[in-house]
Parts: sequence; C-alpha cells; structure tokens
Amino acid sequence: MQHFDGNLLAGALSDLLAFDATTARARCNGCGNVGEIATTMVFRSAAGTVARCPACGQVLLTIVQTGDRTFVNFTGTGAIEIPAR
Amino acid sequence: MSEVTARVLPRTAWHAAEVVEVRRETPTAARIVLDVAGWPGNLPGQHLDVRLTAPDGYTATRSYSIASSGDGSQVVLAVARVPDGEVSPFLIDELRAGDRLEVHGPLGAYFVWHAPVDGGSGRPVQLIAGGSGVVPLFAIAQAHIDAADATPFRLLYSVRTPDDVFFAEELEAAAKGPVPFVADYVYTRRAPAGADEPVGRITRERVAAATFGPESEPLVYVCGATGFVEQVATWLVDLGHDPRAIRTERYGGT
Repeated sequence: MQHFDGNLLAGALSDLLAFDATTARARCNGCGNVGEIATTMVFRSAAGTVARCPACGQVLLTIVQTGDRTFVNFTGTGAIEIPAR
Repeated sequence: MSEVTARVLPRTAWHAAEVVEVRRETPTAARIVLDVAGWPGNLPGQHLDVRLTAPDGYTATRSYSIASSGDGSQVVLAVARVPDGEVSPFLIDELRAGDRLEVHGPLGAYFVWHAPVDGGSGRPVQLIAGGSGVVPLFAIAQAHIDAADATPFRLLYSVRTPDDVFFAEELEAAAKGPVPFVADYVYTRRAPAGADEPVGRITRERVAAATFGPESEPLVYVCGATGFVEQVATWLVDLGHDPRAIRTERYGGT
C-alpha cells in the first residue's frame, strides 16, 4: 500500500484542533523517536487514516470519519510538544 | 498589516471558490486559478483540500499544493492528471471558468518558507522536485523572486521531458533575473537537444553535483512521489546534510 506523510493530516487535524498540528512534535511510545507530525508515514484507506512513526513503524495516531462523527486516537503517541503561536 | 505579512499562520476554514481560469500547463496537467471568498492569504508551500460533491451526495476530497502565495483571494493550483483518478481528470477536463468548488485551507505549517523580512540573505534554500512535486517549490521560489531577497536559491527538478516542465516560462525568467536563483533539470525520458547531462533517473551523484552541499547549511525542501522523496532524502543525509534541515512532502503515486 502506498503511503503519504503527515503534511496530509493538516486538513483533518485543523478541523478538530484549534491549531495546525503538523508542526507539533510527537514522541513515539514504541521507540522514543520525536518528530513533527508532518514527518509521519501516513496510510489512507476507506476505513480511515493511520499515521505511523517514520523510525519504527508504530501506529502513532488514527483518524476514522463516519457520517457525522470523527474518532481520533493518539494510540501510540506520548507527549506532544506544541510550538508557540 | 495582513495576517500573512504578519507571519501568523492564516486561519483555516472551508471556503467557496470560483474558477477564474483553467488552462493547459503541460500535456498532462492544468493550471487552475481560483478566486476564493474569504481566503486569508497563504504562505509559500502550503496546500489546500478540494472537495467535490456529486448530485447524489457522494464526496471526494484531495489535497493540492498551492503554486501561489501572499495576500489576496486568488489562488493558483497546478494539477497533474492521475490516470484513473477520481478527481484530477475532472479538474483538468471538465472544470470551466465560473464553476464553483469547495476548498479547505490554507493548510500545513511545516512545508513552508519565510522570506527574510529585510530583503537580506537568509539561510540558503535548496529545492528538489520530482514531477508535479514542483508546485509548492515553485510557490517558494516565486515568493523569493517577488521578495527579491538575497538568499541563495537553487532548484533541482526531475521531470520526464522538457514539455512536462511546470511553470517553464516563469522558471526561465527567474533563472535569468537579478534575484539569486539557479535551476537544474534532470530529464528522465527525453532531454532538450544539446543537453549535457544523460537522460535517466536522478542519481546520488547528480544530487551531490547540482545542489548546495552540507557545508553551506541549506534548508532543503523535497517534494514528489513518495519513493522519489525517500530516496533523495536518504542521499542528502548520506551526503552530510542535517536531517532537521530537510523538509519533505510526499504525494504518494509512483
């Protein structure tokens, strides 16, 4: 399956959060890698969007959109460092 | 002072866009000029999402890089045809001036460039494009040309043939103009007559020869198909570039 990167999450995350999260730095609970969400590996399918750690492949977050609701799960993510605005 | 010139990220929202112009950019791509009501301006390198809604309510959303930047309500896209795609063939073949689209943006705060405020020289900028990945890099280059700042700029552009070059006239004018800007091309299928470099895929040697080296500590922006971006980024790190100075945007594809 082809993948994209976390730049692609800007639209979905800015709909849900009060800021553009792609420059926020997230820690991977799997390997400890810290990087901007824009640098994650992103896989998309009809079922939803999955962002994986570029270093170890662990699932960092998932976004599932249904008709009228969105489920966001920061399942593999530790601290998220949000830049000053 | 507008939001963009204040260097604050413009607020994102869904907007109604009216098509001002659609014209052929290359044999397989179109340039689309939109007038977007309420658009807050955008930074060079940002993208937007386009949402199409069919009469039966089915929707399809795709991300496109923005080829323009700055204030004002006009937004320029350059869309490459994805064979069997759901959205790009419609945008290229069917869209007409006066049509309306829904767009979400401006999006993305990572793959952007800020011109030095005083027209001076910022950190050198190396742009590396694969195919239609040139679109956000063109926006960055044009912002530099418009700002007429002293930042050293280079573009390395991998493209199938001379006919497939996006923004060919603008890039040629930029390379001949007074603002520092050098463009090099890697032709993967057919080169112009008299070209020195061999035709073929980009190589590590070509990247090393036609880009700012790590000693000049450039900011490097790489955009293209996923495989292209990951290969080039790996070479750049091998060549000694700081991984934190390499910004990448992958659009999938082949």
